[in-house]
Amino acid sequence: MLTDLDNMVKVFSRPKSLTDVRSTYCPGCQHGILTRIIGQTIDELKIAERTVIIAPVGCSVFAYLWYRCDAVQVAHGRASAVATGIKRADPNLVVLSYQGDGDFASIGTAESIHAANRGENITVIFVNNQVYGMTGGEMAPTSLIGQKTTTTPDGRDAATFGYPIRFSEMIAQLDAPVYVTRQALYDTKRIVSAKSDQESIHQPGGRKGILARRGPLDMPDELAHEASMRAGMSPMW
Amino acid sequence: MGDKVLMRGNEVIAEAAIRAGCQCYFAYPITPQAELLEHMAEHMPRLGRTFVQAESELAAISMVYGAASVGVRTMTSSSSPGISLKQEGISYLAGSSLPSVIVNVMRGGPGLGDIAPSQADYFQATKGGGHGDYHMIVLGPSTVPEAGTLTMLAFDLADKYRTPVMILADGMLGQMMEPVQLPEPIDIASLPKKEWATTGAKGRDPNIILSFDLDPEVLKQMNLELQRRYREIEKNEVRYEELQTEDADIVIAAYGTTARIVKTVIRMARAEGIKLGLFRPITLWPFPYEPLKKLSARVQTVLTVEMSAGQMWEDVRLAVAERADTPFYGEMGGVVPTPRGILSEVKKYAH
Repeated sequence: MLTDLDNMVKVFSRPKSLTDVRSTYCPGCQHGILTRIIGQTIDELKIAERTVIIAPVGCSVFAYLWYRCDAVQVAHGRASAVATGIKRADPNLVVLSYQGDGDFASIGTAESIHAANRGENITVIFVNNQVYGMTGGEMAPTSLIGQKTTTTPDGRDAATFGYPIRFSEMIAQLDAPVYVTRQALYDTKRIVSAKSDQESIHQPGGRKGILARRGPLDMPDELAHEASMRAGMSPMW
Repeated sequence: MGDKVLMRGNEVIAEAAIRAGCQCYFAYPITPQAELLEHMAEHMPRLGRTFVQAESELAAISMVYGAASVGVRTMTSSSSPGISLKQEGISYLAGSSLPSVIVNVMRGGPGLGDIAPSQADYFQATKGGGHGDYHMIVLGPSTVPEAGTLTMLAFDLADKYRTPVMILADGMLGQMMEPVQLPEPIDIASLPKKEWATTGAKGRDPNIILSFDLDPEVLKQMNLELQRRYREIEKNEVRYEELQTEDADIVIAAYGTTARIVKTVIRMARAEGIKLGLFRPITLWPFPYEPLKKLSARVQTVLTVEMSAGQMWEDVRLAVAERADTPFYGEMGGVVPTPRGILSEVKKYAH
C-alpha cells in the first residue's frame, strides 16, 4: 500500500527549544527523556527567549549544547551559586540549573542548601542516578547501600561510606523553597507524572512525590512552573 | 567634584565600586576587609542594587560569575585566606572571559596567619593562583584616594579586556582613614552593551559562556585568544610611578603601603645626603619591566622592600638583570616595616 506522504499529519516532533546536536549521554540513560520534557515545558511556557541554562560539571556538562537558549557552563558544585548571581542580576530571566548527584549533593552541598534557604527564585533539577557517570562509575553521595561502584567494589558499606543522602528531604524541611518534589523516569506513567507536575501545584490535596509545597496556590504560572521543576529524580528509599 | 571626606580605605573601595556602576556585590565576612562588605550591605539595597552575603567565598565568587555572565558590573572582596578559596572561581572567570573585580585586602599568612597587613599574596595574584594559563590585571594602590581611583579604573579595564581585575590592597590600607575626594559616579546607561552576555536569546542565536572544550585544538585556540589579549594589556596598561629617581644612586622598588612608607624614607635619606628614589609599580600585572629596566641602567642599587619574604623581588630581578645590585629587605607575618628600619637597610648600600 502506498503512503500518501503529502497528507500525513505530523503528530510528534522535537521541541522547538531543543537543538539537533547529537547527545553525549549513554544509551539507556534517562537524561535524554528529561532533556526532552524540559524542552517541551520550555516550549509550552514560551520562555525559551528568556531562559538561561546552567551546565555544571558531570554528565550534564554539555547541557549548553542541547537547548536553543542562552547557557552558562560553571564550576563543579557551584551551579546554584551561579544561578543566584544570574537571577539577582536580571530577575526577568528564567534560570534553570540542571545538576547531578555529585554536583548538587556532594561538592555543591553548601551552595545547594543555601540557595534553597535564601529562596532564590530559580529552578533546580537534581538528577540523581546514584553514580558518577562521567568519570567512570565512582560512588555518589546517593549510591545505595550495597551498590557496587568503581570506588566501592564490594558494595557501599554504611560503616565505611555512610548512607545515601536524602537531599530532597533536606531541602524540603527549609522554610524558603516553595516546591520540592521527587519524580522518577523509569516508565511512561512516571514520565508523564514528572512532565505534568506543574499542574499539581494547583491541586489542594497534593500528590505522591511532593515533599514540600508552600506559598499561595494562585502564584503566577511561571513561578508555579519553576517550583514544580524542583524535581529530585530518585527511587523512594 | 565633591568635598573631601575622611574615610577608611575599605569604605572608599566600596564607595568607588558603587560609583563605578557595580550593580551586584557578593562576599563573605573576613577581617581586615569587613567594612567593605558592611558599606555595601548598607548602600547597595538603597540604590536598588544587589548585595548578597554568600555562604562561602566559593559561593561569592560563583555568584560574581553568574552576574558577570549577564553583563552587569560585579565585584567581590575578601582577605588572603578567603582569596585562596576564590582561586577556583577566578580561573573560571579568566577562562570564560568574564569582566569582574576582586579585592584582596591582604593579611599575614600562610594558613590562618593573622589580621595584620601583609603583601605575601603577590605570587598568587600576579602569577596565576588558580589553575591554567591565565593572568588578571592586578592594581596595587598605595594611598586611600588611590584605592578609590584604581577601583574605578578596575571596572573599566575589566570591561575593556573581558577579564577579572584584582585590587591588591593590604590591611593597613583597608583600615587607614585619609581625606579623600570621591570620584563622580558614572552613568550606567552610557556603558557599552555587552553583546556576548546571556540575557536571553531573543532575536539572536544563543550566547554561551564557557571555559571548556574537550577538543585540544579548540581549547588551544581559546588559550591563544587569551594570550593575545594579555599581550595587548601588557602593551597598553602598564602603570608605575617614579619619585626622585633623576639623580638617584639607590632606588627602592616597592608597591602599596610599603611604597608609601618609602616616601618618608626618601626625605630622611636625602636629609643625610643619600640620593634615594622610589620606583613604584601600580600595575603589578602587567609588571613595568621596561621602565624599571631603563631606570636600573643609571643607578647602582635597586633595593626591593616588601611585606613578604621577597615576591615582587623576582620581577624586579627579571627587569634589572645584571644592570644594578638587587638586594632585598622584607618584613613578614603582619609586621610593617618602619621608615627607620628601611633607612638603615638603605645605608648598607650607600657609599
